[in-house]
Order: sequence, then structure tokens, then C-alpha cells
Amino acid sequence: MHELPVMQSILNVVLSHAKQHNVRQVVAIHLDVGELSDLEDKWMQHYFDYLSKGSLAEKAKLKINRIPVTMKCKGCGKTYTVDLKANREIACPVCSEKGCEMIAGREYFIRNMEAI
Amino acid sequence: MTDAIRLIEVKEAVFADNQEVANNLRASLKAENTFLLNLMASPGAGKTSLILRTIQALRDDLQIGVLEADIDSTVDSEKVAAQGIEAIQLKTGGFCHLDASMVTTGIDALDISALDLVVIENVGNLVCPAEFDTGSVKSAMILSVPEGDDKPLKYPLMFSVCDALVVNKMDYMELSDFNLDAMRERVLQLNPGIKIFPVSCRTGEGIAEWAEWLRGEVVAFTNED
Repeated sequence: MHELPVMQSILNVVLSHAKQHNVRQVVAIHLDVGELSDLEDKWMQHYFDYLSKGSLAEKAKLKINRIPVTMKCKGCGKTYTVDLKANREIACPVCSEKGCEMIAGREYFIRNMEAI
Repeated sequence: MTDAIRLIEVKEAVFADNQEVANNLRASLKAENTFLLNLMASPGAGKTSLILRTIQALRDDLQIGVLEADIDSTVDSEKVAAQGIEAIQLKTGGFCHLDASMVTTGIDALDISALDLVVIENVGNLVCPAEFDTGSVKSAMILSVPEGDDKPLKYPLMFSVCDALVVNKMDYMELSDFNLDAMRERVLQLNPGIKIFPVSCRTGEGIAEWAEWLRGEVVAFTNED
């Protein structure tokens, strides 16, 4: 799995912002992560803790906002969320149309951080 | 007061660094008119076999190079090199995917100005490679019939990021309960623009259609400004 390089990227971004803002300690990091990501919250935190040891972000808590996979119906334009791993069928809840376009669920975004 | 917690806006994509390296690589390959294809699949789906078939189909028209990624072996690159095709082995040293920096290292070892098409054989895995932009123009994946038709349910990201899906080992179909229509419907829901090519690398069935698609993409890319 690719937790290590992903968490290293997050740490690099966070440390560069921490430096710019003369931060003494990063307390928390707010992330948007799409449901299409295979990374589990628990393991993201675990790898982050490992990589951030001895840095300004040591012990920072990851606050992960999961963004559901969202489809836009090609029939009626309705947007709806879908749990891809639980549902065999994808269909619009309003008009039952199967044609759709994915408009969310692939996010990997660092929104902001709490720091002292 | 000095210990008050501040909220600092970051607003950055996690993969911004890799994206920048990938964009730079794409620009330098475009300057040489070299088309980069990222090929992904599980171990054993037929990545090397498809590359060998693709070389046979296109070698008279296109100068082809191959970047072989493997955690730690040179078996695949030896097979490609035996065809007289330049192959660079990238040992990822345990990494489960290629990122744009690793691909750039491989590209630097090839004589790009002499090549029209470079195929990356990514690490065998349907999870990690899907997350990382390699700098390729197009991405393709292979799903082989013995793996089962439920893979789009388990690995939706991979199916949603590829431009083409090659369904390999069609010659196993009669021994299998693989439902090609159901798989096709699911994949097209995840990714309406994906092109699907049922093939058998063993018998050669369907290879011409796949190779024609790839040739068309290379020609279109070469003619772009």
C-alpha cells in the first residue's frame, strides 16, 4: 500500500506552511479525502505519526473529512451519493437511469491546520 | 495568549508535487513528440504479454521503448529486450507503484528523440498505481478473465482513471462465469469515456483493435500543436 508516500506528501506541505507561519507546534490537520481512496483513517494516522516524529507536526491529529462518491444522473441531472463497494447496481434514485458521471469522490486535499 | 491555537489555511492538493513533476515530464515528452502510455494491472493479468503483442503489431510503424517497473527483478525487461526493443528496468525497491519522478529517471535513460511510443509496465497492483500521475498521455489497464468480473466493484478507482480497459484471456471465457456485459455496464458507469477491448494475448484475438486504438492515439498526439 501507498500510505507512506501519501503521508510524506502531506507532511511536506504541512511543514512548509508551518515554517511560513512561524508555528511552534502543529496540533491538527484537516483533510478532505474521497471515498475512492483505499487508505484507512487509522493507518493514515499511524504512518503520519511515524514520519512526523521529531518535527513540528509530531503528535498532530489528522481530522479526515470523507467525501462520498457522488454521481450526476445523465437522465434527469439529479446528483446522488453511492457506496461503490456495497452496491452492485448504480442507478438514479429519482428516475432509475443508469447513465451517470462521477463528480466527487477522488479528493486528496489539505484544507487547513490548527497550530500554536 | 501565545499558546492560542490558530487556524492556518493550507488549501493544497496532497499530490501537488507529483503532479508538477508529471506535468513537466509530459511537456518534455511532447517537445520530442514521444507518446507515453501507462499500463497497469494485477500480477499475472498479462502486462508483459500485451506489451509483446503490441510491439509485434506496431513495430513497423512506430519506434517503441518500454519502461519495466518491478519491485526487484529483470525477468520482464529481458523478454522485451529479446524482441530487439529498448527496455529500461526500474526496480522500485519495494515501492508498490511508480510516481512521476521514478518515471522521469527511466525516461532519461532512453533515447527519447528516437522513440514515438514508450510503454510503462507499472507495478502489478490494482490499488496504488491508480493514485499517482506518471506523466503519461494515456493510461490503460488490463483485467484478465480468470480474475473475475467483480474487480470494478473492489477497485473502482483504477477503473475510473484509465482511458482504456483491455480484457485479456478471452480464450478462458468458456471455462468461466465471467459476465462481460455486466462488467462493461459497471465500468462505463464509473468511467463513461473508457474504451474496452476484449483480447487474448495467447491467440491474438482482439489485438488488432487494441493496437489500432493505440496507434490512433499516438498519431493524434503527434499531430497536436
